[in-house]
This record gives sequence, C-alpha cells and structure tokens, in this order.
Amino acid sequence: MIRFENVSVTYADAAAPAVSGIELTVPEGELSLLVGPSGVGKSTVLGAVSGLVPHFTGGRLSGRVTVAGRDTRTHKPRELADVVGTVGQDPLSHFVTDTVEDELAYGMESLGLAPDTMRRRVEETLDLLGLAELRDRPIATLSGGQQQRVAIGSVLTVHPKVLVLDEPTSALDPGAAEEVLAVLQRLVHDLGTTVLMAEHRLERVVQYADQVILLPSPGAPPVVGAPADVMAVSPVHPPVVALGRLAGWSPLPLSVRDARRAAGPLRERLAGRTPPPTAVPDGDVLVEVDRLSVRRGRIEALRGVGLTVRAGESVALMGRNGAGKSTLLSALVGLHTPAAGSVRVGGAVPHRTRPGELVRRVGLVPQEPRDLLYADTVAAECAAADRDARAAAGTCRRLVAELLPGVPDAVHPRDLSEGQRLALALAIVLAGEPPVLLLDEPTRGLDYAAKARLVRHLRRLAAAGHAIVLATHDVELAAEVADRVVILADGSVVADGPAPDVVLSSPAYAPQVAKVLAPWLTVPQVATALDGT
Amino acid sequence: MRARAPRADRSNAVHAGAWWLWALGLATAASRTTNMLLLALVAAVAGYVVAARRTDAPWARSYGAFLRLGLAVLVIRVVFAVALGSPVPGTHVVMTLPEVPLPHWAQGVRIGGRVTAEGLVFAVRDGMKLAALLVCVGAANALANPARLLKSLPGALYEAGVAVVVAMTFAPHLVADVSRLRAARRLRGRDDRGLRALLQVGLPVLEGALERSVALAAAMDARGYGRTAHVPPAVRRLTAALTLGGLLGICAGTYALLSASGAGYGLPVLLLGVAAALAGLRLGGRRSARTRYRPDRWGPRAWLVAGSGAAVAALMIWAASYDPAALDPAAVPLTAPTLPLWPALSLLPGLLPAFVTPAPDRAGREERADLVRESAPEPVKGATP
Repeated sequence: MIRFENVSVTYADAAAPAVSGIELTVPEGELSLLVGPSGVGKSTVLGAVSGLVPHFTGGRLSGRVTVAGRDTRTHKPRELADVVGTVGQDPLSHFVTDTVEDELAYGMESLGLAPDTMRRRVEETLDLLGLAELRDRPIATLSGGQQQRVAIGSVLTVHPKVLVLDEPTSALDPGAAEEVLAVLQRLVHDLGTTVLMAEHRLERVVQYADQVILLPSPGAPPVVGAPADVMAVSPVHPPVVALGRLAGWSPLPLSVRDARRAAGPLRERLAGRTPPPTAVPDGDVLVEVDRLSVRRGRIEALRGVGLTVRAGESVALMGRNGAGKSTLLSALVGLHTPAAGSVRVGGAVPHRTRPGELVRRVGLVPQEPRDLLYADTVAAECAAADRDARAAAGTCRRLVAELLPGVPDAVHPRDLSEGQRLALALAIVLAGEPPVLLLDEPTRGLDYAAKARLVRHLRRLAAAGHAIVLATHDVELAAEVADRVVILADGSVVADGPAPDVVLSSPAYAPQVAKVLAPWLTVPQVATALDGT
Repeated sequence: MRARAPRADRSNAVHAGAWWLWALGLATAASRTTNMLLLALVAAVAGYVVAARRTDAPWARSYGAFLRLGLAVLVIRVVFAVALGSPVPGTHVVMTLPEVPLPHWAQGVRIGGRVTAEGLVFAVRDGMKLAALLVCVGAANALANPARLLKSLPGALYEAGVAVVVAMTFAPHLVADVSRLRAARRLRGRDDRGLRALLQVGLPVLEGALERSVALAAAMDARGYGRTAHVPPAVRRLTAALTLGGLLGICAGTYALLSASGAGYGLPVLLLGVAAALAGLRLGGRRSARTRYRPDRWGPRAWLVAGSGAAVAALMIWAASYDPAALDPAAVPLTAPTLPLWPALSLLPGLLPAFVTPAPDRAGREERADLVRESAPEPVKGATP
C-alpha cells in the first residue's frame, strides 16, 4: 500500500539529508509502527507519505514514494487527500471548523461528495468513534482525548486507505490513550485500513503493531521487521522489553501479559528480596497547601486541596486531563489567586510575592518549555536568565552543560531538539537556585534516552535537598522519580501516599514492571537486585 | 396547550443570514434616531433576544466584548466632547476647564474651555447611537455562527471566506497565547504586568501564530482544501469576462446614479452589471468541486426572524417622516427626551425571534458547563480569570 524506494530527503539549507536510503513497504491492512530516537526523521517519513514532504515543506526528495499506486512526486497532498488521512501531533492545529460535526464533514466537502453520502458517513463515524453525544459541541470545549478522536474521525470520513498518525497518544492520559488505541485497532481489524504511526510511548502501542520500522540514527537506513525482532536491537524500547532483555527471555515479550507468562523463573530469583524502601522525608516543609480552592471563570478547578512537600522529596501529581494538575502547579507560583484556603511556598505567599523574589523560592518548567524562551541564541538566553535570577554570570550556561552536554551556544532556541529545549528551560529555572522545583508534563516528546537523563538529574536534585513536584501522565516516569504520588480527580485529591502503595493499587497508574513483578516498580530496581545475587 | 419553541439543534437552526438581516434591521432603526430612550430600547431588544437564544459556543461569548466596546465608544465620545469642546452652542455651563492657548494657525481647534450641558447631551446621544449599532452587530455575531454564514456564500468565494473565518478563530488563540506568555515571564522573575511586559511577549506571540498558521495550512492541504475540478478554457474565459464586465457595469451604473446627468441609464446599467457579476460568480463556482454538508435551511422561522428585522427598520424609517421631532430631539435648547409611543412600539417586533426560534437547552447548558469542567483540555497556564 505504501512503498518507499531508496528515498532520501534533504531540506533546504541543511548540510546532510534528514533521512536517506529508506526502502520499505507497508502492506495493506497492517498497523506499522515507526520508532526511533528523537530527531531521526520520523516526521519526515510520515510527511513523505501524505505528500506534505516535499510539496509543502520544501527540500529535495530523491527516490520514489507511492501510496495506493500514486506517486507523490506527481500528486500534491490535496490530490492524495482521498487515499491518505494525516493527523499531526497537535490536534488543535488540525481543525479547520469549530464544531465536531462540521469538522467530520470538512474533508468530504473538499472532495465534493454527495450530501446524502456525507450525512451517512458522518453518522457512521460518530458511532465508530463514540462521538455521537458530542456532535454539536464546539471543538474548543472538548478534552484532549476527545479532540484526538475527532481529529482521527475527520480524516476517516473520506474513507482513506491509509492513515498516518504522528504521536497520537503522547499528550493523553492513560485512559484517553486507551480510547484512541482501541479505535485504531478497530479500524485495522474491521475496515482493513493501513495505519502508519510514529510514537514515543512504546509501552502503549508496541503490542498492537504488525510491523515495526526502526530508524536507528539520523541518516541510517531503516530496520524493518516483526515487533519482537526489531525491539531486540532497538535503542528505544518499552520497560517490558528492557525487562525481557535483562532476563534474557526469548521470544522477547511485547505486552505485559507475555512478560507475566515468562516471568516465573525471574520471580523465583527475586524471591526473598524486597525493593529498596522509599525514603521517609524529614526535611523542612517547603510547600504547604491548605484547603486550596481555585476558580477559573465559573469552573472550580481545585476544591479543598491539601498538599505538603518537604525538602528532598519528589512528588508526582497524576490524574486525567483537566483534573487540575496544571492549575495546582500554577497556584504554587502565584499565577492563580486562591478563592479559598492558603498556599505557602518557602514561607512566602506566591501570588503576593514579586516575581523577582519568587524565582529564588520556586521555579516552574511549563508544559511548553518554549514559552520560557525569548532570546535568539542559547548564550543570550542564559545571560538573561542569570540577570533575571541575579545569579553569578555563567551559572545558567554551566547548568545547561551539566544537564545535557553539547548544546551549542549560537543556536536559536527554536532549532533545539525537544530534549535540548527542556534542558535549557530547566537550567533557566534552576539558575535562581529555587529550593522548590515544579515540572509540568516534562516528558512530552522525549525519547527513552532523554527521559533517563532527566530522571538522573531529578534524582540528583532531590538528593541535594530540592523539593520536586511534577505533573505527568507518564506512569513510568512517576515510578522512577517520585517518592510520593498524589492523584487528583475533578479538582480534589483522591489518593496521596508513598509511590509504590499508590501505583500498585491502581491498574491505570501501575508501571509495566509492577504489573509483571509487583512489588518491583522499575527495571533499574530489578537490575540492582539481580546484581546483588 | 401552549406552543413552545423546540429545542435548538443543528437541524432546526435558523439560517445565519436571517440573524444578520434581523440585526441589520435593528441597526438601521438605531441609525435613524438620536432619542436616548429609543436607542436604549433598541439595545434592550437586541440584548433580550441574545439572552434568550444564544448558546454556550465560543462565538456566542463575544457578546460581552461587544457590549464593553460599545461602552468604551460612548465614554471616548464624551471625553472628546469635554476635552476638545463641542460645536453645539449652549448656555448651560457645567464647568470650565483651563483652555490651552494655541497659536493662531490652529484657529478652530480648542483644547479645554467651557463644557456645556447641551454639548454633553449631544455627545452622549451620538455615542449611544454608535454603541447601539455595535450592540446589534454583537448580537448577530452571538446568535449566528460565523462559519455557517460562510456555507451560504457562492462557491467561487468560498476560499476567500475560509481565510476570513480562520483569521477570526485566530483571535482567541492570540489572546490565550498572550496570557500564557505573560505568565511565563513571571516564571522568569520578570514583571508580568505593564506595557513593557506586553511588548516583550509580542514577538513570541507572533512567532507562535505564524507557526500555527503554517501547521493549519499543511493540515488543510492534506485534507483536500483547494482541489479544483477541470473547467474547459472557454468557460474560464467566459467567467473572467462576465465577472470583470459585471464589476465595470456596477461601477458605471453607481456613478451614473449618483451623478446628476445619468439618472436615466444608471439603473439599467447597474442591474445589468449585477446580473453579469452574479453569473460570473456562479460559473466560477464550477471550478471548485466542493459540496456542502447540511447547510442551514431558509425556513419559515428564518423568514420570521429576517422579517421582524425588516419590519423594525421600515417602521422606524416611516416614523422618521411622521414624527421627526420625537426621533431627533433638539439638543439646543435642552429638552428631556420623551418616549414617543408609536416609534417605541415599532421597535418591539424585533423581539419576535426570542419567541419563534428554537431555544437552546437550558438544562443542557448547566450540564454542559459541568462537562467542560470535567473534560476541559489541560487548562492554559496562567490564563488568569
């Protein structure tokens, strides 16, 4: 259905090709997963399928890409619109109209389908994706998972033979991600749609794939094969594969269920050992939130939330999209005035403290690290950060180098990779040496290597006496970093306790290793225990 | 049995064009009078219909913004009248501001000086007229989805119309971006208030908007925007000739109508021009292969809505001829405005849409607010309420 014949893409004023020597075939009706570290050109490959590369992005494409027999060289994206449906990373930038029903019909209107066909297909798609109750809703009022489903539905109505998805679940909470994946499963099984999808969170998707296409490093030719074979050599892999590789299982398990069936001997080896106990923090209380309520317009985003964080403690805030995690973090840096209750951070009341004063007590890395960056080079950004925080010159630059070596000085922050940008934002925040560090969804767009580096830094900071609060959907990250997990639902705290207790008691928040080998939570824990034998 | 308006949903939505005609009718009525009581009545009629029939959609929330804009216009008009003086002669001096001496070449311009009650009243009336017009436009905007109006455009204009609607949906995104980036300044320890903060986030906001538009353009292209059907060259040439000729005819006809000499042939030329331009648009629509999904129907309710607006406009224009003094009370000498009975009554048909159009679900509205709370996307940080 999709064929790449010796394809290389070189963007304008780039020294090296973004991808080269791509030779692959995606057969009809298969779900293919495109994996690889950040920045190896996954999005370029996806764009080449829909014709956006090179027709829209510019650059040079050599070789040949054919989709359903049409050569993308001679067909513009709009002429491929009836065979390829593309959904990008951010569903919001995909929407042209403002209500769900119009959005589903938009593609069909462009293709000029007959009104009664359109009507029938919209109804079918509403049912297929479970969107029937939302049909008249303005898109802006939908949750992240609902928006992602509408985005998929909006390309499905034209009955494309191929569906191309770029990180469809990265921004979603575990429940919403399940929803979207269930829909994709149904499309592949019931309608025979060919799906090509790139995703960083392999633990969510790899077990559904029929074929995995691995781009091992920039410019390297792809490795294509059955999921288990490719995962055995892949530099990016989910925890369950890491566990399988550690224990030397063959075939490699891809799902929790496979791993559980293979885990008998490993359990015996681990018998009698227990995971290291979580440290009981005894530092000073740095964050004190008492019966906090925050209203945003007519909506009560937080009601009666209580939270205490001590020095040296790291806390993960979890909960579905819109549960109030970000609002709580914003309240801690004084972006919201409490409607009731009180917030104290390092002895100060955040919303009454001047910003210049506050950065020395608490720092927040926002969901979009780019928001923190204004200057046009990394060096200028760091110099400005030193001035803002009244730190010694060079502090921020030194922190960047410590967090992630090799970030060039003269580059525009926009041209950094996601991981580099996060490191820069983190360094800017840390320049003020705030005892309290807050991170909002820090692993969006990070591959496993970048995530592991982030985990190491956060642990080092916690050991140095920083209090860390991170809001995240990533259960693996929470298991590796947090001593304590707080679950928010509908603006209130519904669970608060040591990380192992909270995540083990709830299947939605349990990391993969815990599902196989409870009470063990992470691969490094298991590895350390096995080293001891 | 009481006849009640049905619940509003997509299939019985009143045509967006009908709402705009209604609002234009009210606006025409407002433009015919400077009587403060009548102007207030126009605003009240529009406000009542909006309160009764608007939904919870984002475009419906802009009504508040239009109200504030109207108030701002009123205040600015009065401030100008106070500061720069008013051309209206008056005898009731309210206060005397120190007058700025100006050089002789600036004669006729005055800053400060006497402020008369007559001048103030005149300014308030004038400001209220503008404010009432804005309220009418705001009402149409709140009641009719702008994107739906687009669906009624001829095919040839569709692509231009999409650009307008996309631009309109960008405004709320920009506002959200500005507040998010100002919040981010606070995170860097800089002041998040004041003009400087606003200026410094300007560039990142523009960059963000640009990136978003590029992403949207890519998405639209990939979804088939701009696909064209094959049109024979003869038809293409005919389209161009008809459109250009029609526009020329419209220009010539209008000129002739307005000038003194050409009243005789002006009207036919104008009509011919309009016909040719319409035919050109219609032929041009062949180039686009688009179809329309569930366009709004122009049903009896739409006739009633548009008709009520037209009736208000017609009655007020008529009233201006039989009772000009009541509609346009003199500012000099000062008189208290009276509410003339017949002109006031002739505004009331404007209320008709509040009873005949489908009503948004009240219970559903509350429930919907709950849903939004539960399932709103991760809130934009720092969008302080």
